[in-house]
Amino acid sequence: MHLWRSLVRGLRVLTHRAVADEQITDEVDHYVELAAAEHVRRGLAPDVALRAARLEVGNPTVARETVRSYGWENAVDSVAADVRFALRRLRHNPSFTFVAVLTLALGVGATTAIFSAIDPILLAPLPYPNADRLVTISDRGGVGSAAPPAYGTFGELAARARSFASIAATDRWQPSLSEVEDPERFVGQRVTAGYFGTLGVRPAIGRDFTGADDQVNGPHVAILSDRLARRRFGGQSVVGRVVKLDDQDYLIIGVMPASFANVAAPAADIWTPMQRNAHAPFNSVEWGHHYGIVARLREGRSIAAATTELAALARSRIPEFARPPWADMAGGLIVRSMRDDVTQDVRPALLAVGGAVLLLLVIACVNVTNLLLAQRGRRRGELAMRIALGAGRARLVRQGVTECLLLAVIGGALGLAVAGAGMRALIALAPAGLPRVEAIGLNGPVFLFALATTTIVGLAIGIVSALGGEQGAGGLRAGLQQGARRAAGGSAVARRALVVAEVALAIVLLASTGLLMRSLSRLFAVEPGFDASHLLTAQVVESGFAYRTDTARRELFEQALDAVRALPGVQAAAVTSQLPLSGELDGYGFELQSKPAAAAGDDGSALRYAVSSDYFNVMGIPLRRGRYLDARDRPGAPEAVVVSESFARRLFGNRDPIGQRIRFGPETGSSRPWDEIVGVVGDVKQQSLAVSQTEAFYVAIGQWWWVDDVESVVVRTAGDAASLAPSVKGAIWSVDKTRPIQRVATMEQLIVATEAQRRFALAIIETFALAALLLAAIGLYGVVSGAVSERTREIGIRVALGATSRGIVGGIVGGALALAAVGTALGLVGAGVASRLLETMLFGVSRLDPTTYASVALLLGGVAAIASWAPARRAARVDPAITLRAE
Amino acid sequence: MADETTPNTDVIQGTLDLLILKTLSLAPMHGFGIARRVEQVSRGVFKVNPGSLLVALQRLERSGWLDAEWRQTENARRAKYYSLTRAGRRQLDAETADWKRRVAAVARLLSTEA
Repeated sequence: MHLWRSLVRGLRVLTHRAVADEQITDEVDHYVELAAAEHVRRGLAPDVALRAARLEVGNPTVARETVRSYGWENAVDSVAADVRFALRRLRHNPSFTFVAVLTLALGVGATTAIFSAIDPILLAPLPYPNADRLVTISDRGGVGSAAPPAYGTFGELAARARSFASIAATDRWQPSLSEVEDPERFVGQRVTAGYFGTLGVRPAIGRDFTGADDQVNGPHVAILSDRLARRRFGGQSVVGRVVKLDDQDYLIIGVMPASFANVAAPAADIWTPMQRNAHAPFNSVEWGHHYGIVARLREGRSIAAATTELAALARSRIPEFARPPWADMAGGLIVRSMRDDVTQDVRPALLAVGGAVLLLLVIACVNVTNLLLAQRGRRRGELAMRIALGAGRARLVRQGVTECLLLAVIGGALGLAVAGAGMRALIALAPAGLPRVEAIGLNGPVFLFALATTTIVGLAIGIVSALGGEQGAGGLRAGLQQGARRAAGGSAVARRALVVAEVALAIVLLASTGLLMRSLSRLFAVEPGFDASHLLTAQVVESGFAYRTDTARRELFEQALDAVRALPGVQAAAVTSQLPLSGELDGYGFELQSKPAAAAGDDGSALRYAVSSDYFNVMGIPLRRGRYLDARDRPGAPEAVVVSESFARRLFGNRDPIGQRIRFGPETGSSRPWDEIVGVVGDVKQQSLAVSQTEAFYVAIGQWWWVDDVESVVVRTAGDAASLAPSVKGAIWSVDKTRPIQRVATMEQLIVATEAQRRFALAIIETFALAALLLAAIGLYGVVSGAVSERTREIGIRVALGATSRGIVGGIVGGALALAAVGTALGLVGAGVASRLLETMLFGVSRLDPTTYASVALLLGGVAAIASWAPARRAARVDPAITLRAE
Repeated sequence: MADETTPNTDVIQGTLDLLILKTLSLAPMHGFGIARRVEQVSRGVFKVNPGSLLVALQRLERSGWLDAEWRQTENARRAKYYSLTRAGRRQLDAETADWKRRVAAVARLLSTEA
């Protein structure tokens, strides 16, 4: 009741200020009148009576003001006055306002943009109901790392594990849309019937997969993503239609909602039932390590509890579920929260970038504070005057803070625009496979973040600049008398401290950039193991009915290779099942004749390359011993294998590998004839330049169990590799124009792409570091030129006393360098600490790399010298006669 | 009217509200009337500062203890008359009781000191 009354009356006063004022005046006047009348009654003359009454009431203006100052609305009034005042001040100082707003806009904008990526990826729960209960399950590889599980393992878990409310398996599926004008290969997944249910999502239209769909030899049905349905099939009306995929009819039974994000495989656009057999023989596709498992924990069940249960399950074998040696769960299983699983690759880069942007924001704030202090210095006279006129310190501080908040709000509003641009740049820069890219945008949380950042920034610079200026406040009164001429005052000390901080923060960013740059240059200096120049690669798909036989597939590739070889500018061409540095990873277990079956559980796995015979020549992989694969190694001939150096060394040590016998993958444990090792070639990097997993074996395409349906064509060109891309595509299509060609890229492009994470972090941190360096330089320049104008008199005296201009320049630059040195020293310590955040992204360089730190310190010293040079020159030109006269 | 020889005192901190409420419990009055009334009844011991009085009146009105009304005075002038609301009357009772309690306590303290 009384709050309401207060609110209503207050609002009435605010909206009808004039009426309210008039009433107060009326009441006060009435009071005076009555008092005067009383004096008259007691016998005073009217004018004397009025004076007596006035005396009694006191100054009526003061009385009126006292009455007026009551109520909350009055605070609003005075805030409004502060805002008007601040606006006026900012308008009268356009260059300061411009620089400050721009700096803050960049700081807030960059921070907001980075937050917009960090929030959905690292902070927000995945976009599924009760997403905290979603986990992924992987097998544990030989060295304890996570490895994709086999379908058979999934089958056993689905039947035996009790920790999960539901569990589902996924596999890659890349069907080609055939019998259309522009064939296309889609990225999709085979999923068990419970996949969408486990995630807690349903198709927006149509139906989900059922157990009846997910049977071996079950119906050909598919569910589409909303974006694919729109892009390729005219929207949701596609449900119920039959579409040719891999030359077979698929019935589209549903379309997922547009809001559905498939975080585990963000590129997937189409799903079909798994239709696999959990009890398949060991040499079937069900026992390959290429599946994914997602599960939803039972309510109240923790990840730790599930891990314990699965460990017990892995130890206890039961007869219904036989396990092959390469999927015997001997290492146990790894249960991880789904969010950690999908974000772990980008986490280091994002955290580093997040840390960098916070530093940048702090530098921006420090810079603006510095500008403010410099400005306050110039306003000393005005401030002293206002204090003399009775302005309270609290009110002055409040006005200062209001001004900063206003700056921050304008900067923040502009910052949102900056953030918008930043987000677009971020998405463009984002490394392939960055999860939840679609969730990056200017949404509610991001907006709130920008608002909070703006407020904190405004308050922080307001309070710091008020405190920094405070030390000078004692001198303010003195300053008033002295015409605000000398008195460097406390604010100059504060400004020096701020510049030191700025330099230190810039050093941290510069050192981080330096470490990343050196890592990248070290990485790109790593030999991939083949000659990457003049190599063009293309991934060709030939799944589908027409290519259901190995012979048909092999023939297609042979014809395609012939067509490519006939092109002008092509020196040689070959085919491989697995292309180095392309993101593919295809490994198989093995056993040695000299060491039979004992290999079980000892992580017998090596990369497999099924290649055409001239692959080594095309790639430029050097021969170490024996021979390359050649025309001898055709189907039916004794099976020959070439192994990589590191693989040979691991298997045979110093013994000669040539002539040794070995069996791979599905052959292990079978009675198939042994393969003979005929050659040893140099090691080749497969995953990335940073990963030295190079144990590999090569077999001729015709001698492997099957002919892969996705192969990469590699072409050695005489001239520029990229320019041949269209004609190579054309040549492949001349054989069969319905075959989708996936990825056409030069080898050099692929190598650059493997370092996308590091390059992403580097590109952003580098930008921030340059901005920080610039801001630090501006800060130094500001402080030095401020000091020069304050010391004009002193410099004048020195010149009069015979100081050389060289000495003066030296002194000023030296002072600036001293500041920079203090900041650099602090910054180097900070960089040493901050580099922990970068550690996982460094390669071949210590996080405390002295060369990097030294060059960063030198760079900053140089910039500091340049920034202080101009004001120093100005000081040296000071005419002593003029300055001394001005006193 | 105040005896010119005895010094008059500002109203004791915190009691102004009580004095206003008490004064208005007899009849609606304007600000000057309240001030004079307080001075008369206290035999000039208390002198009411007009600024504080008018602020106090606004505060009490905001709190819902007083109603304010612009009325015509006998000499055809606009004046703001204050009257006690029901909530104000309750507040007066409460504050009176509270005041008596304090006075009694202070009195006891003083008597033991002596």
